[in-house]
Amino acid sequence: MHDYLTHTRGLRSWLTTLDHKRIGLMYLFTVLAFFLLGGVFALLIRLELFGPGRTIMDAATYNKIFTYHGAIMVFMVIIPAIPAAIGNFILPMMLGAKDVAFPRLNLASYYIFIAGALVASSALFLRGADTGWTFYTPYSIRTNTTATLVLAGAFIMGFSSILTGLNFIISIHKLRAPGLSWSRLPLFLWALYATSIIQVLATPVLAITLLLLVFERLFRIGIFDPAIGGDPVLFQHFFWFYSHPAVYIMILPAMGVISEVIPVFSRKPIFGYKAIAYSSFGIALVAFIVWGHHMFVSGQSELANFVFSLLTMFVAVPTGVKVFSWVATMYRGRIRFNAPMLYAFGFLQLFTIGGLTGVFLATLAINVHVTDTYFVVAHFHYVMVGGAIMALMAGLHYWFPKFWGRMYPEGPARVSFALLLAGFNLTFFPQFILGSQGMPRRYWDYLPEYTMLNRVSTAGSWFLAAGFVYAAVYLWRAMRAGEPAPANPWEANTLEWQTASPPPHDNFATAPVVTDWPYEYRDPLVPASASRSLP
Amino acid sequence: MFEKIFNGDLPLKGTQVAGSWDSLYNFLVWLSVFFFLLVVGGMVIFAMKYRADRQGAKAKYITGSHLLEAVWIAVPTVLLLIIFAWGYNVYRTMTHAPADAYEVRVIGKQWLWTFLYENGRTTVNDLYVPMNRPVKLIMTSEDVLHSFFVPNFRVKQDVVPGMYTSVWFEPTMPGKHRIFCAEYCGTSHSGMIGQVIALEAAQWKAWSAGKEIGPVPQAGLELTAAEKAHSGAAGAVLTLAERGAKVFAAKGCAACHSIDGSARPGPTLKGVFGHEVEFGDGGRALVDENYLRESIERPQARVVKGFQPIMPTFQGLVSETELSALLAYIKSLK
Ligand code: HEC
Ligand SMILES: [Cu+2]
Ligand SMILES: [Cu+2]
Repeated sequence: MHDYLTHTRGLRSWLTTLDHKRIGLMYLFTVLAFFLLGGVFALLIRLELFGPGRTIMDAATYNKIFTYHGAIMVFMVIIPAIPAAIGNFILPMMLGAKDVAFPRLNLASYYIFIAGALVASSALFLRGADTGWTFYTPYSIRTNTTATLVLAGAFIMGFSSILTGLNFIISIHKLRAPGLSWSRLPLFLWALYATSIIQVLATPVLAITLLLLVFERLFRIGIFDPAIGGDPVLFQHFFWFYSHPAVYIMILPAMGVISEVIPVFSRKPIFGYKAIAYSSFGIALVAFIVWGHHMFVSGQSELANFVFSLLTMFVAVPTGVKVFSWVATMYRGRIRFNAPMLYAFGFLQLFTIGGLTGVFLATLAINVHVTDTYFVVAHFHYVMVGGAIMALMAGLHYWFPKFWGRMYPEGPARVSFALLLAGFNLTFFPQFILGSQGMPRRYWDYLPEYTMLNRVSTAGSWFLAAGFVYAAVYLWRAMRAGEPAPANPWEANTLEWQTASPPPHDNFATAPVVTDWPYEYRDPLVPASASRSLP
Repeated sequence: MFEKIFNGDLPLKGTQVAGSWDSLYNFLVWLSVFFFLLVVGGMVIFAMKYRADRQGAKAKYITGSHLLEAVWIAVPTVLLLIIFAWGYNVYRTMTHAPADAYEVRVIGKQWLWTFLYENGRTTVNDLYVPMNRPVKLIMTSEDVLHSFFVPNFRVKQDVVPGMYTSVWFEPTMPGKHRIFCAEYCGTSHSGMIGQVIALEAAQWKAWSAGKEIGPVPQAGLELTAAEKAHSGAAGAVLTLAERGAKVFAAKGCAACHSIDGSARPGPTLKGVFGHEVEFGDGGRALVDENYLRESIERPQARVVKGFQPIMPTFQGLVSETELSALLAYIKSLK
C-alpha cells in the first residue's frame, strides 16, 4: 500500500505537491534550516559576550549578528514553526479531512514564504542589517546597511502568514468530519483557530508599517523621521500592534500542543476543556489591546501607560487558567514519561517562569527599571524558546510516528531533553539577574561586574547547542531507520491517530465519523473503536 | 535563597524611590516563588505519585471542576489588580517631578550625552547634580532614539528626536552613579556611558560657581588610593598626557575611537600622530597639533577616508587646557 511518502517519488513531486502533509514537512525542514542559522548567530552572540570588550568581533558586526538572530528566529522560525509546519500536517487530519480547504493556496503560501525568506536573507550577502528585529525609527531609516531588503522580506513573508491563517480558519469551519462539533474540537485546533485570527487581522498592519518604512528609506516621505516631520514613536505603535499579538502567534499553538500531549500521557480527560478553549480566545482578544506595554518609557502618555498596564495584567488570567488546568489534568492520572510528556514538563517549568516575569514587566514601576535590559531578553526567551520551542520539540516527538511511520528512540530523547532543560535555564536565568542589575540589552561591551553571569550564560548556550545537535542526529536516524510505528502508538483519540502511520495520500481509507469528544480517556482502556469509529 | 538569587545584587539605592521600587520587586519575587512552587511543585508531585509504572496504576475519570476554575480565575485577578495599583502608585512618584526641581537639559547624540545647566555650564557624559534636591532632566535627541537609564535610581526614559521627554530623581547617596543608554542607537550603543555625579552641598556650591572640585568616588565606595593619587588632590601631580586620558574618557571619545588599533565608528588614534592621513576627497595631511585641533573642533572640515562625517564638533565643549591635555595624550599613543 502506498502512503503519502511513497505515493509519488522524486524531488519534483515534492516541490509541486498539493498534499498538506508534504507541504507541512517542507515548512518543517525550511524552518529547521533557519533555526540552525539563527542558532549559530545566537552562539556567536554569546561567545562575543563571554567577556567585556572585544572577544571575537567588533561592535558593528555584533549589531548585525543580533539583528540576524532576532529576525530569523522570529519571522522564519517561531512564527511559522508550529502553525505552518506542524499545523499543516496535523490540522486536516484532526478534522478528518483530506486536505486543507485550499491546497493550491497552501502551496502558494509556502513559496511566498520562501520568496520572502530569500529576499530577507539576501541582505546577508550585501551590507547586512543592523537595526535589530524591531526596526525602530529613525535609526532604521538612517542606517546605511541593507535594511530595506530585510523589511521587504518580512513584508512578503507576512502574506504567507495571512494566507495560511485564512486557509486554516476556512478549513476548520468547512471540513470538520461528521460528528466533529465545535464542542468536540481538539484543543490544538482551537488554538490554531485563535492563532489564525491573529494572523489574518494583525499581519496586515505589520505589512503596511514595513512598507511605509521602506518608502521612508527610499523616498523620504516623512512618516516616521522627525527630521522631516515624522513621528518615530508612531512606528513603535504600529510595530507592536502587530508584534505583540505575534507573540501569541508563537505561543498559542504551543499551548495547543501541550493541551494534546498532557491528557494523552496522563490517560485522563483534559481538565476544564471549555475553559482552555475559551482562554485561547481570551488571550487572542486581549492580545490586540496591550501593545503599549512595550512602550512604557517611550514617551507615551501617562494615561496610555495606565491603561496598557491594567489591560496587560489580564493576559495573565487566561494564561493562568491554562497552566493550572494542565497541572490538574495530571492529578490522579496514569502518567507515562515518554519524550513528548517530558517536553511538556519542560514547557511548564520554563513557561511558568516566563509568564510570572511577564507580570513583573506589566507592572509599571518595575518595567521602568528592567525594560530594555537583559531582564526582558530573559523573559521573552523563557516564553518563546522555553515555551514555543519546548512545545515544538514535544510536538515533533509526539507526531514523529505519524510523520514517518517510525518511532524515535526513547533513551536518546531523554538525554537531549535533559541537556536542553539544563542548558536553557543556565543560559537564560542569569540574564534575569543581569537585567535587574541594570545591564542593558543589545550591548556589545559591558562593565566588568557583569562578567561572571555572562560567562555562565555563555556556557549554558553550549549545553543548549549540544542538546539540539544531539536531537537532530537521533531524529534523523530514526526517520530513516527507526522501529516501525503502529497507527496509534500513544493510544490517543484524536483523528490523526485513527489512520495508518504514515497516513495514506488521502489521509483516511474511509471518511471518519466522530461520536465522542477527543478527551474520552477512560482507564482501563475503552477500546478506541467503542467510542470512535475507526476506518 | 531565592531572594538572594533574584535581588541580592540589585543596584545601590541611590534615591528614596529606589527603596519603594525594591519593596515592590521583592513582593513580586516572593509571589512568583509561591506560584512557581505551586505549579512546578504540583507537576513534579503528580508526576511521581501517579506514575504509570506504580502498583495498580489507574487513572480516574475527571473532566474538571467549576469551583477550582472559579478560584484560579478570581484569586489571580485580585492579586493582579493589587500589583497593578501598587505599580502605578510607585510609577507616579517616579514620574511626577516636584515643581521646584533643579532643571538640566540633556541632549543625546550618537554616542554621548551633553548636559546644559542653568548657569551656562556644559558637560559631556558627566552630569553634576546636588544631593537631596529633586533634579529634573528635560531631554531630547539630535539623531536617533536613546534612553537615559540610571540603575541606581531605577529610572529610565527614552530620549526621542523631535520631542522632549523628562525624568527626575533626588539623589540621596553621594558619588558617581552610572548612566547607560538603554535604547539601541547604533554601533557604539554600549559605549554611550556617562555618570550622574551627586555632590554634597559644599561641593555643589563650588562646582556651580565654576571652581575645580576634588575627585568624587563611585557611589557607595570610598575614593580608591589610585583615584586620590591621580586627582592631584593628595599632592601627586598628573602628567599632561594622563590628564588628557581622563578628558578622553570623560568626553566620550572612547565610544568612537579605540587606542589599541581596533575598529570603532571612528579611526583608531593609536599612532596617528606624526603619520600621514588620507581624506575621503583624496587629499592628504600630516597629523600634527593643528590638524588634531581641527579634527576635534571642526571634525567635518576634512573627513578621514573610509569614515562617515559623524563626529560631533567639540568646539566650546573642551576648554583650551583640556584640549592641550588631549593633544598630549593622543601624541603619547604610540
Ligand atoms: C560619534 C563618534 C565620535 C566621537 C564621540 C568622537 N569622534 Fe573623533 N572621529 C570620528 C570619526 C567618524 C572620525 C573620522 C571622520 C572625520 O575625520 O571626521 C573622527 C576623527 C577624529 C580624529 C582624526 C583622526 C585621524 O585619523 O585623522 C581625531 C584626532 C578625533 N576624531 C579625535 C576625537 C576626540 C579627541 C574625541 C573626543 C573629544 C572624539 N574624536 C570624539 C568619530 C567620533
Ligand atoms: Cu507584548
Ligand atoms: Cu544607545
